[in-house]
Amino acid sequence: MGKLYDKLASDVRLEEGLVACINCGTCTAVCPAAEFYKYDPKRIVNIVQSQDDDQIRELLKSDVIWYCGECMSCVTRCPRKNAPGLVIMALRSLSQDEGYFVESEKGRQQLALKRTVGENILRKGYCITPRTMTYERHREAGLIWKWETEHLEDIFERLGANLDGEGPGVLRQIPRESLDELDRIFEVTGGKARFEMIEKASSRKAAEMGMSDEEYYEMVFTQNNGSHFK
Amino acid sequence: MGHDIDNIGTNPLTGRRRVWKEYQKVIPSDKYFYVRSCIRQNIFPASEVHFLKIMRETLGKDVYENPHHTTCSGIGYHSDVVPLETSMTIVARQFALMAEAGYENLAVSCITSFGLYTEFLETWQHFPHIRERIAENLYKATGRELVLPKCVAHASDIIYSLRDEISQKAKYRLVNKNTGEPLRIVEHIGCHYAKMFPSKGVGGAEYPCVLSGMAEAWGGQIVDYPERRQCCGFGFRQYLVQANRGYSISNTKKKFDSMEPYHPDAIITNCPGCPYFMDRWQYVIAEMEGKTYGENGFGIPVLTYEELAGLVLGYDPWDLGLQVHQTSVEPLLDKMGIEYDPSQKYKGIGGKDLGRPEEPRVLKTELCPHCL
Repeated sequence: MGKLYDKLASDVRLEEGLVACINCGTCTAVCPAAEFYKYDPKRIVNIVQSQDDDQIRELLKSDVIWYCGECMSCVTRCPRKNAPGLVIMALRSLSQDEGYFVESEKGRQQLALKRTVGENILRKGYCITPRTMTYERHREAGLIWKWETEHLEDIFERLGANLDGEGPGVLRQIPRESLDELDRIFEVTGGKARFEMIEKASSRKAAEMGMSDEEYYEMVFTQNNGSHFK
Repeated sequence: MGHDIDNIGTNPLTGRRRVWKEYQKVIPSDKYFYVRSCIRQNIFPASEVHFLKIMRETLGKDVYENPHHTTCSGIGYHSDVVPLETSMTIVARQFALMAEAGYENLAVSCITSFGLYTEFLETWQHFPHIRERIAENLYKATGRELVLPKCVAHASDIIYSLRDEISQKAKYRLVNKNTGEPLRIVEHIGCHYAKMFPSKGVGGAEYPCVLSGMAEAWGGQIVDYPERRQCCGFGFRQYLVQANRGYSISNTKKKFDSMEPYHPDAIITNCPGCPYFMDRWQYVIAEMEGKTYGENGFGIPVLTYEELAGLVLGYDPWDLGLQVHQTSVEPLLDKMGIEYDPSQKYKGIGGKDLGRPEEPRVLKTELCPHCL
C-alpha cells in the first residue's frame, strides 16, 4: 500500500459507498450542496472510480470535497446503491491523514471543528454545550439565545434541565469516570491522533501564511472568499 | 399516505396492504434505554423532558436513562473530525451500557445518532471483522462488552406508535377553533431518519409517515409541497463554521419559499437541527430581507413532535419550552384554543423575573388584539 487510491480503498465507507457508478448524475440532481455550491458529486465519484492518484491528490487538496453537507440524500436515489456521501467522508478522512486539508479554504476549517465540536466531546461528553455556543459566534441563534445565555441557569432550571448537575437529565454533568472512558476510546481508536494531526498541520500552515494561532483560527472560522457559490 | 391501513390484521395481504407492509417497522411499545441528543439538550431541552414525562407519567412506560451515557459523537463524525473507528467504539459503549442495565431496546432522541447507530449496525453485519475490532477497542478502553441491541427506535417512532393512545387522552386537537377546519401542518423529517436506510424508518424514504401519522391522528391536515423532502440545510460543517452558513440558510429558504403558498399553520420536525434552523432562519431571513412567512408579520411556528404531543395533551406551553423559540408559537396556540398566561412566558421558577429577550426588528413576536 502507498498509493492514495489504495489508502482510500482501505476505508470501509468506500467499499460500502462505491460499487459501480454509471455516471448518471442522479446524485448531483438531488444534492442540496450542488444546488448552491460549484459542486458535482458525480464528478468526484468518477475521479475516485478512475483510481488516478494525481486527480485524487488534487481532490484532497481542493475545496470541493468539503462542500457536501452529508445529508445522504444521494444514497436514497442512486440507482446503483452507491453512497457518494460516504465516498466524500472517506476522501475527507484521507485528506486529513495526509495533511492535504490545509491547502484549501474549506479544508482548513477542520481546525475550527476540532476546537469546537471535537474538544467539547472530550471536555464535556457533548458535541455542543450552551457555554461554548456563544451569542457572539452565533448571532443567527437569535435574540432569544442571547437572553438564554444571559440567564442560563434560571432558564434551564425552568425548562426541567439538570444543567451541570449529578444524576440523569438534560445537560447533566457527565461523570468523570465516563469522560475518562471517552478519553481512552479516543486514544485507542485514533481519535486523538486525528486531533493532533489537525493541530500540527494547521500550525504549519499558519506559520507558512505568517499568521499567529489566533489570527489563523479567526480566518478559518470566518473567511469566505466568495468563490464557492454558483 | 397509508398509515390508515397499517393495522393489517388477519386479512390477506393484497394490493396496497401488501406493499404497505414492506414499509412497516417493528416498534416495541415499552422498556427502552434512552439516549439523548446534544443539540436538543441545548436548544429544546424541554422536549426531551416531556418525551420522558409523556412516556412515563401519561402512558406508564418504562424508559430508563443512565447518566453515564455520552454523546454518540455523531456531529463530530459528520464534521469529519472524529474518525469512523472512534465513533463506532463510542456507539459500542452506549450499547454496552444498555445491556448492562438489562435493556434490549434503544430509544434515540437524535436523528443523527439514529442514523449513526443504524449505519454502524449495518456495517458490522456486513463486515463482522470490523465489529470484532470495535469490540476489542471497547474492551481495551473501558473493560465493557459489546452487546448488540434488539431494536433501535427513534423516539419519534415510539410516539408515532402511541399516537392513538395520545389522541384518546387529548385535551386539544389540531383544529382551528374558529373555523372548525383541520390545521395545515408541514412535517419535516430529518434526512438521517430514512434516507440512508429506508427500511429503518416508518414508511421508508418514499412514504415516511412518522410525523404525518401523528399530525393526522391528532386532527391536523398534512401539507404536501414541492420541497417537502429537501434537507433543512444543517450540513454539519456548513452551519457549524460561520463562513459556511450561506449554504444552511439557502436550503432552508428554499423550503420556506416552496411551502409558503400552502399557508401552513405549523411545522413539526423529528430532528435536532431541523427545528432550530427552521425556527431561527425565519428570524434571519426577516432581518436580512424583511420577509416573513406566517400571517400578519409572524413566522410559521416550528415545533418538535414532543412539543406538539404536549400541547395536544394539555401541558402548559411554557413548561414545554415554547418560550425559547425565536419564531413565536402564539398564533398556533390561539388557533388551537389553548389557554396560556402571556405574563408567565419569560419567567423563571416561582415567577422569578428574568427580564425578556430583545425584540427582532422585523419578525413579530408579540400578539396584539389586531394581529389575529
